[in-house]
Amino acid sequence: MNKLFVEASPHIRSGWTTQKIMLNVIIALCPALIAATYIFGLKALLMTVICCTACVLFEFLFSLITKRENTIYDLSAIVTGMLLAFNLPVDLPIYMAVIGCFIAIFIVKCLFGGIGQNFANPAITARITLMLSFTASMTKWTVPFARNLESGVDATASATPLAEMASSRAAETSVLVPDSLPSLLDMFLGNRPGCLGETCIAALLVGGIYLIVIGLVRPTTPVCFIGTVAVLSLIAGGGDLNYMLYQLMSGGLVLGALFMATDYATTPLTTKGKIIFGVGCGLITFAIRLFANMPEGVSFSILIMNCLTPLIDRYTAPKALGEIKPTKEGK
Amino acid sequence: MSKLHSVHLPHFSGSAEQSTRKVPAPEEVAISMSQHIGAPCEPCVAVGDKVKIGQKIGDTDAFMAAPIHASVSGVVKEIKNVMNVGGRLCKTVVITNDNKNEMYEGITPPKIDTREEFIKAVRESGAVGLGGAGFPTHVKFAYDRSKVNIEYLLLNGAECEPYITSDYRELIENTDNVLSGIDLVMKKLEIPNAIIGIEADKPQAIDKVTKLAIRYPNISVKKLPSAYPQGAEKVLVHTCTGRVVGEGKLPSDVGCMVMNVSTAGFIYGYVKTGLPLVQRRITVDGDIVNSPANFFVPVGTMLHSVMGFADVRQQPDRIVLGGPMMGACAFDPDTPLGKTNNAVLLFGSTKIHKTTACIRCGRCVRACAVNLQPTELESAYDARDAAALDRLKVNLCMNCGACSFVCPAKRPLAEKNQLAKDFLRQSKTKQGK
Repeated sequence: MNKLFVEASPHIRSGWTTQKIMLNVIIALCPALIAATYIFGLKALLMTVICCTACVLFEFLFSLITKRENTIYDLSAIVTGMLLAFNLPVDLPIYMAVIGCFIAIFIVKCLFGGIGQNFANPAITARITLMLSFTASMTKWTVPFARNLESGVDATASATPLAEMASSRAAETSVLVPDSLPSLLDMFLGNRPGCLGETCIAALLVGGIYLIVIGLVRPTTPVCFIGTVAVLSLIAGGGDLNYMLYQLMSGGLVLGALFMATDYATTPLTTKGKIIFGVGCGLITFAIRLFANMPEGVSFSILIMNCLTPLIDRYTAPKALGEIKPTKEGK
Repeated sequence: MSKLHSVHLPHFSGSAEQSTRKVPAPEEVAISMSQHIGAPCEPCVAVGDKVKIGQKIGDTDAFMAAPIHASVSGVVKEIKNVMNVGGRLCKTVVITNDNKNEMYEGITPPKIDTREEFIKAVRESGAVGLGGAGFPTHVKFAYDRSKVNIEYLLLNGAECEPYITSDYRELIENTDNVLSGIDLVMKKLEIPNAIIGIEADKPQAIDKVTKLAIRYPNISVKKLPSAYPQGAEKVLVHTCTGRVVGEGKLPSDVGCMVMNVSTAGFIYGYVKTGLPLVQRRITVDGDIVNSPANFFVPVGTMLHSVMGFADVRQQPDRIVLGGPMMGACAFDPDTPLGKTNNAVLLFGSTKIHKTTACIRCGRCVRACAVNLQPTELESAYDARDAAALDRLKVNLCMNCGACSFVCPAKRPLAEKNQLAKDFLRQSKTKQGK
């Protein structure tokens, strides 16, 4: 008889692997990538490819330098690269994007112990760092379909809808939704200035629903996140449904809620924890949008809630079946 | 009533619709003196003795034990120590079969009028829990009636592990004995109600048992969700009665007694004939088995004999005794089967899963029927943090394996929990508690 394998139970395993999960996230991000390429041109695709390549290279380099196991085949670096690219203006200088990739992979992910060990979302942290370091370039927006204009030069510097709403509010006009904003349909389809992957709500929803349907992501966090922003903007807008819809579809809310607030490593484990996380993100996002001196708060809200995740996990730990709490006096 | 967490497993029940087959008794059987939870038996035969089927060959004065009987007629060849799949050495009586199939003269239906006589008879039958745990049945029956009030006898017919169909075949082929056995236990122990739990993916068994159970007004059939680990004692109690068996408690603390359906069927057969537990039904299946089926095999049949009648297309590289979720790997083809083995699974072309880093996906947390956090437990064990293991209730882990099954990083979560329990026990001993 052959030699027999011996292992501890169980002797069968489910078909899911980390690599398969990451591959499905990449698939879910593809509709938004296609939409971005259509809206902003091939440079959107190019930017995404560059970010992915840079992320994979940085992860590979880290494994070489630290003599650790090479983990690029789990595909998580590609997910980070795609998400980071989605959070950048399409005309950002390439070197800045590469710096972003370095921050995301080298500092936020690998230095903290690699996949699953990072406390904050790499793409979000990189975006925030770039935003604070290169504010001008990070807020230079490209007009969609600008390449079709006769000049051949990309039209830039058009403010995002969120910024327009913020300045209208700052000017203390009573206009919640300025007339200059794109129509709601354009907002939904992504025909508006913004980061390259965040504009096409329709494509993001397709990807997000795909992840929920195949069971990779639970809808709890996105629903709580977007729901909180919806309720708050309804209140702030005095019941103006139009204002609420513009709030929901502008900025990086849908991208953040579906793809970054659902990151496994940096968000709570339990349903109760996910509710707290989602509501917290919504509150902070809206507070920043309404009161702070920058138009968008999605990335900050996710980063802050990332930091609170260990605490949330601790206080929402499930109670074991039939658990008896230890008494104070001891045994 | 809240629903407990569970996982969905692939089924592989190719043996379900095959009637149980008889196989020729092997030339040699090796009967272990430890086929139950509790004290091992001492052999009461010597090398060279002639024994017959049903003759007692091992017993002990310890309460927590069940006697062992010869499963073939023949001559005791040797008494030796054999290492079981758990790594323990057990005294084992090897009997050479004389193929005469002689029955022991002492086999007569036991006389049972009182509860005490019934419990004594159950002990003499060698009955243990046939679902796999091997708890001596008479010990379960001998509860203190002044302290414990059993309201429900729960019959476990969940059979929630893939491949195994031996309890299903028992329900289909031996329905009358199972029901009579339940009725007998209820009458002798004065238990008012019985619920037979069968998973929803076994509609034929549910139909047949429901039809025949009409004769017994206090026996009902409960269709259980087809989810793993439905057959775990605590889960079954929760699904059937809504009651929660607390930490460190037994089902009897919430008025329940759980028994496997095959055990009930066996007890009735014993009361009618007096033939002790010398053979049982096992499922033979696995990815190299051409025609999966159930077989009646004598206790003590060795794995190489099973290989002789199993229809396999290649040599196995992995043999699992029991189900694929909780069974143990055999390392020696001479390993004998015992009373508690309900399946032999033969696998070829085993591939080794590569373990990767935990990505905190939370699947293990959502899989755990007793609401533990396997990923946190693993970190606590890796850090050898006894206080955290205690706080995270590692001792409640039933080792059902659901966490390891769902883990996309293929981490050995269930395995670590077992190591953690042992570590916790040792560190508590050190502290002198």
